[in-house]
Amino acid sequence: MSEVVDIQDLAITFATDGGDVRAVRGVDLRVAPGEVLAIVGESGSGKTVTARSILRLLPETATTSGAILLRNNTDTDTADVLTLGKGALRAVRGRDAAMVFQEPSTALNPVYPVGWQIAEGLRAHRHIDRKRAHAEAIEVMRRVGIPDPEHRVDHYPHQFSGGQKQRIVIAMALVLDPRLIIADEPTTALDVTVQAEILDLLRTCRDEFGSAILLITHNMGVVADLADRVAVMYEGEIVEQADVRTLFGAPQHPYTRRLLEAVPRIGSGRLRDRVRMPAEVAEAVEELREEFAGDEHRVGQPVVEARGLVVRYPGRFRRPGFTAVDGVDLVIRPGEMLGLVGESGSGKTTIGRAIAGLTPVTDGSLRVLGVEMLGVRERRFRPVRKRIGFVFQDPATSFNPLLTIAQCVAEPLIVHGVAGDAREARGRVDELLEAVQLTSSYGDRFPHELSGGQRQRASLARALALDPELLIADEPTSALDVSVQAKVLDLFALLQAELKFACLFISHDLAVVDLLADRIAVLHHGRLAEEGRAEQVLADPRDPYTQRLLASLPVPDPAEQAARREAWRTLTAATPVS
Amino acid sequence: MARTARRSWLDRVPVVHQLRQSVGLQRGMLIAGLVLTGIFLLTALLAPVLAPYGFADLRDENGLFGAHQRPSAAHPLGTTVGGFDVLSRVIFGARTAVLVIVIAVVASLFLGVLLGLVSGYLGGWLDRVLVVVADAIYAFPSLLLAIVVSIAVSGGQSDMWSGVVSAAIAITVVFVPQYFRVIRAETIRIKAEAYVESAKVLGTSTARIMFRHVLRNATRSLPLIFTLNASEAILTLAGLGFLGFGIEQSSGAEWGFDLNRSLSDVTSGIWWTSIFPGTAIVLVVLGLTLVGESLNDLADPRLRGRRAAGAAAGVPEEVAA
Repeated sequence: MSEVVDIQDLAITFATDGGDVRAVRGVDLRVAPGEVLAIVGESGSGKTVTARSILRLLPETATTSGAILLRNNTDTDTADVLTLGKGALRAVRGRDAAMVFQEPSTALNPVYPVGWQIAEGLRAHRHIDRKRAHAEAIEVMRRVGIPDPEHRVDHYPHQFSGGQKQRIVIAMALVLDPRLIIADEPTTALDVTVQAEILDLLRTCRDEFGSAILLITHNMGVVADLADRVAVMYEGEIVEQADVRTLFGAPQHPYTRRLLEAVPRIGSGRLRDRVRMPAEVAEAVEELREEFAGDEHRVGQPVVEARGLVVRYPGRFRRPGFTAVDGVDLVIRPGEMLGLVGESGSGKTTIGRAIAGLTPVTDGSLRVLGVEMLGVRERRFRPVRKRIGFVFQDPATSFNPLLTIAQCVAEPLIVHGVAGDAREARGRVDELLEAVQLTSSYGDRFPHELSGGQRQRASLARALALDPELLIADEPTSALDVSVQAKVLDLFALLQAELKFACLFISHDLAVVDLLADRIAVLHHGRLAEEGRAEQVLADPRDPYTQRLLASLPVPDPAEQAARREAWRTLTAATPVS
Repeated sequence: MARTARRSWLDRVPVVHQLRQSVGLQRGMLIAGLVLTGIFLLTALLAPVLAPYGFADLRDENGLFGAHQRPSAAHPLGTTVGGFDVLSRVIFGARTAVLVIVIAVVASLFLGVLLGLVSGYLGGWLDRVLVVVADAIYAFPSLLLAIVVSIAVSGGQSDMWSGVVSAAIAITVVFVPQYFRVIRAETIRIKAEAYVESAKVLGTSTARIMFRHVLRNATRSLPLIFTLNASEAILTLAGLGFLGFGIEQSSGAEWGFDLNRSLSDVTSGIWWTSIFPGTAIVLVVLGLTLVGESLNDLADPRLRGRRAAGAAAGVPEEVAA
């Protein structure tokens, strides 16, 4: 049997304001029937563009060359997608190859019932009466594991959870029985426990429906879990292609090796015990520490103390409010790093924002550096603000785009009267930039001229500018590529060990938290599920939710992941999903 | 990448940057608009040099011009019913138009931007009140509002400056809500941006956040409304003049008012008194609108045309995602 899709010498160029960008250069790829091929690579490596070109879902500015031979779903013929006319292309889309998008909540149209949307694909390709289409939609929903499909087929997208929505998107792809499913980061927008379920479903797609899957992902754990074969892309080219076990066992290309080394794994020990300080950084950090004068605030009273903390967002139109944080007790001691872990909607970001005074506390008690935050006035809290640093999730938006990096980092110094203007603050700014491994020439650039990792390091420099006693880091690495993330985490560990600030590190990724935190608190639906020393929580979780969270986390090792998958199955069978 | 990350200073000048960025039809539109606008501004600046006579001259050394003279060597565009030279009045009319536009747009810009910023950032009851007021102003037919304001400001006088100022203020009142709305919407969007929050957690004062972080980022769409409003301002001015709320012919040249005076000429076959001021209005409005619309299209990456990528030498992709 021949390949489902055969990509030959594909090149894609985009016309942009900054000239032509060659996004894909000479890519050759083959996907065999019933095979899961994963394309991995960092953002900008061309993996998504390659996959989308199979359905020719490219913007007008793209120019393509090469050939993409796609086999039709009756296995009788192949067609070169790149030369098809509009009508023929429309016939191919959905029937021969279907797409599963990253964000299920935007891939579904909110004003139509899901059953109608599933049937839309059927109507596009064959004449089918309403009853039959309805029946087929119900059938395919049952097969992707939506409970009670006869009833739910008429529900609207907002009535489903994120994981169920992704199941429906997969159902839309499966309903025409395509030979190839292109899954573009199908689990990136989902929580880790839901991700495990969706990966399981995709495996079923392959086993029961016989579809080949082209999986695009940056998550090596997902690759280890699902893929048969892996293609590693780097700067528009495929640098390595191998069977999954071979690739993880004996990576050939240096880039693949770097990529795999950068992936955080649970139980690999804490970073601060491992990383060494580069000489030039050590100097800058030493100077900073002298300027910061004295470590007397590093001992004594807890920096943050929450007792029965409640944060409620007011509801609209007399509806009850949403309780984001519900009776949480937390303590952060001086110089300690607390990792706050939870899925989306668990209230972890809300706690960080409440500590920073961005979100008002509804009930209970929250003391931050000696100030009670319940009903606090901005005037009272403002002096405390300079003792708190904050690193935001998305480095792209947390800098004013019209100020240079040096001006941005100087802002806290100017605001709190340490320096008169940006020029006066420049000496300290340069030291700070050096401490985060940016040379001082970066200070004169604008935020958009820096890469994501550089921006996040500059963001760290800004947070540290006033020698904070407490640093709040809200998912500081989740917008970064894995190799960049590794560098930023190293830096975090180094600076924390040297400057000894207390830190609240918020993340959804247990492996990342494991690298840094002294203690870990696990949040679930606004309540504290478990809290304790990092080794204890990760090695011997007591709470069933923590257990499930840990079991759902795919590890970047195919053999180990297969074993973990079995453990996850028994665990979910024992404690059904709430 | 063909171009380096650092852009030259020339690229940072607003309109020049867009001109370099544009291609094809969009470039043609922008250039046509810029040329028309340029001619308009130059005419206004050099009016005393360009015009053969003053705008209020009725005679030269050879005596009176005479009323309703056909276009001739002495009067290339003829003379009006009152015996003024049409060409001179059209040229000096550009001057009045520029003055009114500048005063009106600058006043509404400052007022509208300030109110929008304060209202959007602080919110609360102030915001609600201002929005209601802006909506109430929207509810008036704009020309009626302009007439009322014009009468109130000038007190019935119609010399050059009170005419210009009253027209400008009338236009300001009509335009402030537009600037207010745009800046308020931008401010509300930017208020939720992470860099404003990061300024907040640093303990930055409200005024500093508003002017350093929000204002400069909120003004991106202003050049666009600015040009579009300028063309609307000319139309409002001409409308006011046409209805007789303008500047006396002896104290200033104004296209709308001249059109008003030429109404009766049209039926008696005297075309030159109305065609030329009318054409001037059309061309200036067209020029400003072309500039504004092109800036609008170029500011939006989805509307902006680009040269096709050449390097891959393949088939251009005609199917959009």
